[in-house]
Amino acid sequence: MLSVFKKTGLLTLALIGLNLSAFADDISGAGATFPHPIYAKWAEAYKKETTVGLNYQAIGSGGGIKQIKANTVTFGATDKPLKLEELQEAGLIQWPMVIGGVVPVINIKGIGAGEMVLDGKSIADIYLGEAQYWDDPAISKLNPKLKLPHLPIVQVYRADGSGTNFLFTTYLSSVNSKFSQKVGADASVQWPSGIGAKGNEGVANMTARTEGAIGYVEYAYAVQNKLSYAKMTNRDGKTVTPDFDAFQAAAANADWAAAPGFYLILTNQPGAKSWPITGASFILMHKEPVDAKDSKQALDFFAWAYQNGNEMAKSLDYVPMPSKVVALVKKSWEQIKLQE
Amino acid sequence: MNNLIKNLSLFCAALVIVLVLAILFVLTRAAWPTFHTFGFSFFVTNIWNPVTNQYGALSAIYGTVVTSFLALILALPIGFGIAFYLVELAPPLVVKPLRIAIELLAGIPSIVFGFWGLFVLVPVFQDYIQPFLIRHSEGLPVLGKLFAGPGFGVGLLSAGCVLAIMVLPFIAAFLTDVFKTVSPALKESAYALGATRWEVMRSVVAPSTIGPIMGGVMLAFGRALGETMAVTFVIGNAHRLSPSLLAPGTTISASIANEFNEATNDLHTSSLLALGLTLFAVSFVVLACGKASILLLERRRNA
Repeated sequence: MLSVFKKTGLLTLALIGLNLSAFADDISGAGATFPHPIYAKWAEAYKKETTVGLNYQAIGSGGGIKQIKANTVTFGATDKPLKLEELQEAGLIQWPMVIGGVVPVINIKGIGAGEMVLDGKSIADIYLGEAQYWDDPAISKLNPKLKLPHLPIVQVYRADGSGTNFLFTTYLSSVNSKFSQKVGADASVQWPSGIGAKGNEGVANMTARTEGAIGYVEYAYAVQNKLSYAKMTNRDGKTVTPDFDAFQAAAANADWAAAPGFYLILTNQPGAKSWPITGASFILMHKEPVDAKDSKQALDFFAWAYQNGNEMAKSLDYVPMPSKVVALVKKSWEQIKLQE
Repeated sequence: MNNLIKNLSLFCAALVIVLVLAILFVLTRAAWPTFHTFGFSFFVTNIWNPVTNQYGALSAIYGTVVTSFLALILALPIGFGIAFYLVELAPPLVVKPLRIAIELLAGIPSIVFGFWGLFVLVPVFQDYIQPFLIRHSEGLPVLGKLFAGPGFGVGLLSAGCVLAIMVLPFIAAFLTDVFKTVSPALKESAYALGATRWEVMRSVVAPSTIGPIMGGVMLAFGRALGETMAVTFVIGNAHRLSPSLLAPGTTISASIANEFNEATNDLHTSSLLALGLTLFAVSFVVLACGKASILLLERRRNA
């Protein structure tokens, strides 16, 4: 009995040891978990071409910000952009690398994927616990053709702090003042009602298990698991389906040039085709890096990813940055001092 | 040579103490901003709001203690049964496979229990057990409150059940070892007086080992207190207080695991570490109580 505990303990120690002995010549980065799969895929292809590898630790946005500030990595990654003042204080620059979106998913018998339409106001009311039944007048009004049951709504939320939560609550706060007062926007918030599930898979499973449930997951997750998503009414009053074009439209219609430090949250952007709950994942680097060579290596990798990585991103259901934003990003790199 | 070994083992022993103190020091320092801001009210307020930066640990402490307690209540009788069977009743041919099964159960990583709980146990709870509990406890004085609906499958009770399965091998193995330490002469004498196996267990084995049993129970309780991943999947993760065991709740370690990754705000990080320190304190109190109860019982028996 005790020997089992001992053995597993030793094994864990051995694994931690392996993890720490990272490869010295690789580009080192740490941060958000949401873009980890695509960064890993890019890194694999990049290594084949250039033999330079990437050591990316998906420890979460908070960890990424701390690590880059402490100079233990060459770049940090975060789902929640830093404000200009914070960037300046730490001597960092920031840019968006890849786009993702959040999609509401529902479980009502007889209503399939894309059949229901929701808007930000009604979703916020649902999560506040104010719209309690699916035949709520506001929801009925958005769905005149559907026969909605008098079924209690069960709210499912992401319990773990995540970029998904940040985007979702930022959006709901921007369209519903009561939500912004009572709940607010952050990677984790105090939800007034409902049940918390861990990760996208937890939310999807809980929603699928519970009749009358509503949840929200990353777009990639909804597509890969064929969840029954809802369409949304965007800022222009148009109904949009969550797909590549809708996310790219939100990113393209956003006014990046007017956002210092690329501090831009892509929720509720204008444009007839824009998906309302869209967001970018960001990269953070020092303007005056301790090791200019490392930073040069990292920038080469990001330039390569912008150039060659779009198809790979799409294959994993991430949305690549529109080219006009990439041009702006590359210009911002001039601020990084690469020579002593 | 003897000296070398002596010093080495002294070093190892000292290392443990140094480690504990170092962890305590780092945790306290990191948690200091939280205690400075909220004072004692951190432990007794039921709020956890990263947006407004207000933190209180009450719901997490409550969830931690309740789920661990449930786990013990459920696992103890079963563990006792397993140990009784293994020591007194099982034919030698069965003993070995059964012990291996217990060890295997102990070796399963907790994340596997988490997924199993989420995909297997929770649906069963949602479809059968919770509706049953709600239906039959409705209107009853205490039970009605404990099993008030609606049942979502996840919640304190589900977390307690998963924890029970996780501490079961620990309790079973511990009790088996303890029961084996009872001297055969003592048991044989009881048998000679015509006692049945159950009577021997109840009147000879159990009373003479009550001290170690209590200690083992406390250790199991301590293990349940700190369990993270499996609980996170099935507890419903809500910083809320509810008298109902079917309601979603949270535990200290689940909150830390959930929020630490993406906590960008300094006070939020500090409060999560303060939660860690709280768990440290709760575990310490539990272990101390366990040790004290053993000492007390030993002394009473020797007196």
